[in-house]
Amino acid sequence: MRRKSIGERIRLLGRAGIDVVGSLGSSTLFLLRALFGRGNVGNGFGHLLIKQLFSVGVMSLVIIVVSGLFIGMVLALQGFNILSSYGSEQAVGQMVALTLLRELGPVVTALLFAGRAGSALTAEIGNMKSTEQLSSLEMIGVDPLKYIIAPRLWAGFISLPLLTMIFCVVGIWGGAMVAVDWLGVFEGSFWANMQNSVSFEKDVLNGLIKSIVFAFVVTWIAVFQGYDCEPTSEGISRATTKTVVYASLAVLGLDFILTALMFGDF
Amino acid sequence: MSADHAYAVELKGVSFMRGSRSIFKNVDISIPRGKVTGIMGPSGSGKTTLLRLMGAQLRPSSGQVLVNGQNLPDLSRSDLFDMRKQMGVLFQSGALFTDLDVFENVAFPLRVHTELPEDMIRDIVLMKLQAVGLRGAIELMPDELSGGMKRRVALARAIALDPQILMYDEPFVGQDPVAMGILVRLIRLLNDALGITSIVVSHDLAETASIADYLYVVGDTQVLGHGTPKELMASDNPRIRQFMQGVADGPVPFHFPAADYRDDLLGTR
Amino acid sequence: MQNRTLEIGVGLFLLAGLLALLLLALRVSGLTVGAGQDTYKLYANFENLAGLTVRAKVTMAGVGIGKVTAIDLDRDTFTGRVTMELEKRVDNLPEDSTASILTAGLLGEKYIGISVGGDEALLKDGGTIHDTQSSLVLEDLIGKFLINSVNKESK
Repeated sequence: MRRKSIGERIRLLGRAGIDVVGSLGSSTLFLLRALFGRGNVGNGFGHLLIKQLFSVGVMSLVIIVVSGLFIGMVLALQGFNILSSYGSEQAVGQMVALTLLRELGPVVTALLFAGRAGSALTAEIGNMKSTEQLSSLEMIGVDPLKYIIAPRLWAGFISLPLLTMIFCVVGIWGGAMVAVDWLGVFEGSFWANMQNSVSFEKDVLNGLIKSIVFAFVVTWIAVFQGYDCEPTSEGISRATTKTVVYASLAVLGLDFILTALMFGDF
Repeated sequence: MSADHAYAVELKGVSFMRGSRSIFKNVDISIPRGKVTGIMGPSGSGKTTLLRLMGAQLRPSSGQVLVNGQNLPDLSRSDLFDMRKQMGVLFQSGALFTDLDVFENVAFPLRVHTELPEDMIRDIVLMKLQAVGLRGAIELMPDELSGGMKRRVALARAIALDPQILMYDEPFVGQDPVAMGILVRLIRLLNDALGITSIVVSHDLAETASIADYLYVVGDTQVLGHGTPKELMASDNPRIRQFMQGVADGPVPFHFPAADYRDDLLGTR
Repeated sequence: MQNRTLEIGVGLFLLAGLLALLLLALRVSGLTVGAGQDTYKLYANFENLAGLTVRAKVTMAGVGIGKVTAIDLDRDTFTGRVTMELEKRVDNLPEDSTASILTAGLLGEKYIGISVGGDEALLKDGGTIHDTQSSLVLEDLIGKFLINSVNKESK
């Protein structure tokens, strides 16, 4: 490759910046048209939504539950180790619960979701684009944004918060199993300490809000990358990678912002 | 929709730009009603873009796209929706909806545009599949079909609403000779039996020229020439001659006698 | 996929998610249903409120009877003023009761513990507890400890 001059590099950088802004714009228009546009949805939006809830939500249950279980158990193990050096093993319950509810629950679930459901959405939509199914829909008179995209968006918005709650519950019970049955923490104090320190508004609700924000961002990125990709197999695989990378970065970045907003004023 | 117009589809002074690149400049095309018209040209000359302009998937930068006398860009959303009942499109890859079975695929346009009862829909779907010879595949999923079968089901879907205009986007690409022959037969059959106007976009000269009543050759943002296949073959225009040379040299094996296919179709079903 | 299976699957999924939320609310965070209980307000002024936060518990004899709903600076007396909301059923607190800021466990949060006095007159809605014991600040404790040891040494 011939060496680029400084001027050329700056120009390319500027072009990349403009492209990013342009993508942001087109993806926003895309989202607005899919959610609020007046295109024809064909028949039975309800049935389409149920189908998508199944493939996006129900199919992700296995990985979420298994991951939640393991993470909860590891948290209890590690937490017990660390807390016993302060003589505060009884606090392991609230440690597991708070960690899961405030941070690990929303973030890890969102990352797993982006990898499993997000990439699947991107690939599916990209495949539909490359086999001209989206064009066929248009020619028949059905707006693909309403028929294909909107049900998947709503399915993601609904599924991820639910999956996050399930993740937290499974994690806490996994942690309880390890702490109480294995490590010998008193069952009573495990739960009592937890209940005393976990606040519904501050911890559970904030975690839920985080997961709703993540659901919005991850699903949006996933469907847009699929819709916008080059309609070739190479384009589809690149789009899938982009989905996972962008969604993961977005989740982590937003998590920082949300945590600062929600828990910043101690 | 008056059928009085001699031309089913007309492009008048149409220009189309993609980004800063001009795909078409001031192009005039008239598709005669009830005939098979081929649109040919080298890859990348914008043939598929023409189909999309005629199907109102794209808007021209300037000019008029008239279907049955109505300018598509001017139509309201609901008028355009109604107009789509008149048009059927067969895409290059068949474009069957992968999550629906064959029956639901063919029934799809019926469900979108009509409120027919279930048993009527079933009858119509059976008839359309019978026309393309795939009635037995009615319960299969698209991924259980071969490429040729997918295209035939897509064709059944395209004619589900008995459109006046059928558009074929590169129907001959990647087909084995058997499937090719079937498709050629079907296109001709539908056109003659149902009085449809067929528009075939292709860069396969041999097949297109063999079934087309009229041809347009496009390239370089312009229409290079048009006429019956015979007229074009005898053309003096050097660009057209060069393009059509391929037709004369087309290998004979691509053509199959019609009689054999009739036996095949009726015999094995 | 069959319609019925699909719908049942999705229904179960939604139920599971909502159940999880419910479990989190009740078993994990100890949210009490019946939060619509009647309450009345009491105030208390403290010299030092270090570590006490809004929504901290108010207890008597270890039993939760309410929570802190507001913390302000009293500009006239330069003390911290705490607003507490107590359950109506505990309406028999004598006027000379004591409110102390205590710590739950070694690393725990601050809460207010109320111990009764012997006065016959009772605190009413909007009343103020005058006898207060401020938060124990570590530096003061250390200071006291050092002074005590110095005193002991010199005896």
